[in-house]
Amino acid sequence: MSASSPSQPLRPPSTRLGVWGWMRVNLFNGWFNSLLTVVTVAGLGWVVPPFLRWAFWDALWNTPAEACRVGGGACWSVITKNLRFIIFGFYPHPEQWRPAVAMGLLVALLWYSKDRRRWKRSLGWIWLVALVVMGVLMRGGILGLEPVETSQWSGLPLTLLLSVFGMVAAYPLGVVLALGRRSRLPAVKSLCVAYIELIRGVPLISLLFMSSVMFPLFLPEGVTVNKILRALVAIILFTAAYIAEVVRGGLQAIPRGQYEAAESLGLNYVQTMRLIILPQALKIVIPPTVGILISAFKDTSLVVIIALYDVLNTTKSTLSNPQWMGFSTEAYLFLALLYFLGCFSMSSYSRRLERELTPGTAGRTR
Amino acid sequence: MIQSTSAPAAATPFWNDPAKRALAFQAAVLAVVLAVGYYLFANVQANLARQNIATGFGFLGRESGFEIGESPIAYSAADTYAKALLVGVLNTLRVSFLGIVLTVLLGTFVGIARLSTNWLVSKLAGAYIEVLQDIPVLLQLFFWYALFNEILPSPRQALSPLPGVFLCNRGLLLPIPAAHPAYRWMAAAFVAACVGVWLLRRWARKRQEATGRIFPTFRVGLALLLGLPALAWWLGGAPTAMNVPHLKGFNFRGGLSLSPEFAALLLGLVLYTSAFVAEIVRAGIQSVSHGQTEAAMSLGLTSGQTLNLVILPQALRVIVPPLTSQMLNLTKNSSLAVAIGFPDFVSVANTTINQTGQAIEGVALIMAVYLMFSLSTSAFMNWYNKRIALVER
Repeated sequence: MSASSPSQPLRPPSTRLGVWGWMRVNLFNGWFNSLLTVVTVAGLGWVVPPFLRWAFWDALWNTPAEACRVGGGACWSVITKNLRFIIFGFYPHPEQWRPAVAMGLLVALLWYSKDRRRWKRSLGWIWLVALVVMGVLMRGGILGLEPVETSQWSGLPLTLLLSVFGMVAAYPLGVVLALGRRSRLPAVKSLCVAYIELIRGVPLISLLFMSSVMFPLFLPEGVTVNKILRALVAIILFTAAYIAEVVRGGLQAIPRGQYEAAESLGLNYVQTMRLIILPQALKIVIPPTVGILISAFKDTSLVVIIALYDVLNTTKSTLSNPQWMGFSTEAYLFLALLYFLGCFSMSSYSRRLERELTPGTAGRTR
Repeated sequence: MIQSTSAPAAATPFWNDPAKRALAFQAAVLAVVLAVGYYLFANVQANLARQNIATGFGFLGRESGFEIGESPIAYSAADTYAKALLVGVLNTLRVSFLGIVLTVLLGTFVGIARLSTNWLVSKLAGAYIEVLQDIPVLLQLFFWYALFNEILPSPRQALSPLPGVFLCNRGLLLPIPAAHPAYRWMAAAFVAACVGVWLLRRWARKRQEATGRIFPTFRVGLALLLGLPALAWWLGGAPTAMNVPHLKGFNFRGGLSLSPEFAALLLGLVLYTSAFVAEIVRAGIQSVSHGQTEAAMSLGLTSGQTLNLVILPQALRVIVPPLTSQMLNLTKNSSLAVAIGFPDFVSVANTTINQTGQAIEGVALIMAVYLMFSLSTSAFMNWYNKRIALVER
């Protein structure tokens, strides 16, 4: 008995154990941290309970606007009563199941593609077919579906359309620009540098203005391109310049030996890039690329300024209805939650992917 | 062996010669770009001629005919478009400069809070960063603007969080010292103190290099910067009168007033950008390994010297480049002012485009002005970055 006791592991001191120990270590280590904790808790106690009371206990969830004017809490009715307009905008009422199905398809596909084991050639074909199906659903005109003009596309489907197509089209363009910027051919290089610096130096809304007021002047007489497509082009051109800079960072991080090895194997430029350099470079830059994609997603909201009705603008026009005027806080908080969920899921997915792709750290938590 | 030495010179056809191929490829790219450019240019010419739109910047000299809500210089509707655009530029500069200063302060604070050993503070800072980064800045601007218009009371019931400070749907009102000649002397004294500190630093460094003795530059410099203006204030008659905003009729008079548009724009930009700055500051501080602090301590440096001579120079190297792009982002995002009706440059240029129909010139002006901001900011920051960068071999 007494012989075995020295090998028994010593328990940590009791001040480091349990709730109290955790608090000692994390909240009250030293006088400064204790003071900080007390002040912070007091501040939270001042802000959080009134907010909770406003947002939940006193809130009205599905009432007419008149009831909201009387009650003291949040008026979530502004969302529930107008949800259909906020989500679908001016899309014809009886046909709104179509964008709903298209969005559902998109979300389901994104969910399915999350797993890296499913990244095969077939997945690419599935995406292509799904995008065509979504287009047909939105536009109609065949298979007995009522045709719907693009000018009536609005709300959340428009936001998703602008962001998904903006990202998908900007990515390859960005990679090409990055390769051009790293090229040894002076003419190609200076064109790419000029493009990237010019686009990155100006705000997105100047490009959107350009797409809405200047672009029609560039087209020959009689040719018109619809407004959504023009805005989409502006978003693609803008995002591509940012992606190009990120990819350039990745290209610069590849050691020279990799290029030389590829050359000594007799690979030509295209093969070197496609098989050796880009797979490594693009993997390195996953985190910043996701950062760019997240900002592209948020930036689609700027189309409000050229009067496209994305989900932010449908919300705004709901609020301009005299009946619902004055409940902007609730409506904007709802939208903020919507955008937050989108961005947060993207960024946490990118963190997971980064962990999976970095060899040797598979099981490690951040 | 023999074959391979004799073969190449004669046999390389021109399409296999890398140098010639490169030339041909570049010529093709340039030709395509020029052709597309010419095609667009020709279309523009035809369209402008057909729609009878004037070209050129002649409109800048014409009378603008619109009022601008707030302006740092005297401006009326009878002034020219050029002056209206200048007002826009000054408004953009004002909001960007103030925004950058506040963003750096708040971002540094939150970034340090994120690294606090206090669990609660660190988690709160983390939540602040994650939430504000993930909400579009335009939505945030709308939110703050709506808050000013809907939640805040009218001037008669204005909130007064501090004596003399009022918050109402007409904006934020702050007391400022009443005009007095002494303030001009204080400004002059401050400039003199800045020059003095610069000279003092040079002298102190030279002396340290020559003799090794350290002069308490920071403390003496701070005393100069605070003391000289205070002395000027005291000599100038020590004025204490304040210009406090007071209710007169339906609105406030006196004091410094920030319009709801300006306040909402500033608040939205600062809160949004500071979340990004906080992450940059955190990464910069974390990039300096703890061993550096320990090494500095074991050399016997004081904590002030450790921070000043060891930690900050290394952290700043990591912080400055991304911080520059955040400053530029803030400046560019200030163009969203057009959405909430603050007359920044884009907003004024947009009105000009709508009135004159000269879209190309208008958009070109917008792009030129922002490119100028971007290039000068990054030139300054690159100069600063070069000064603090690691000197290698």
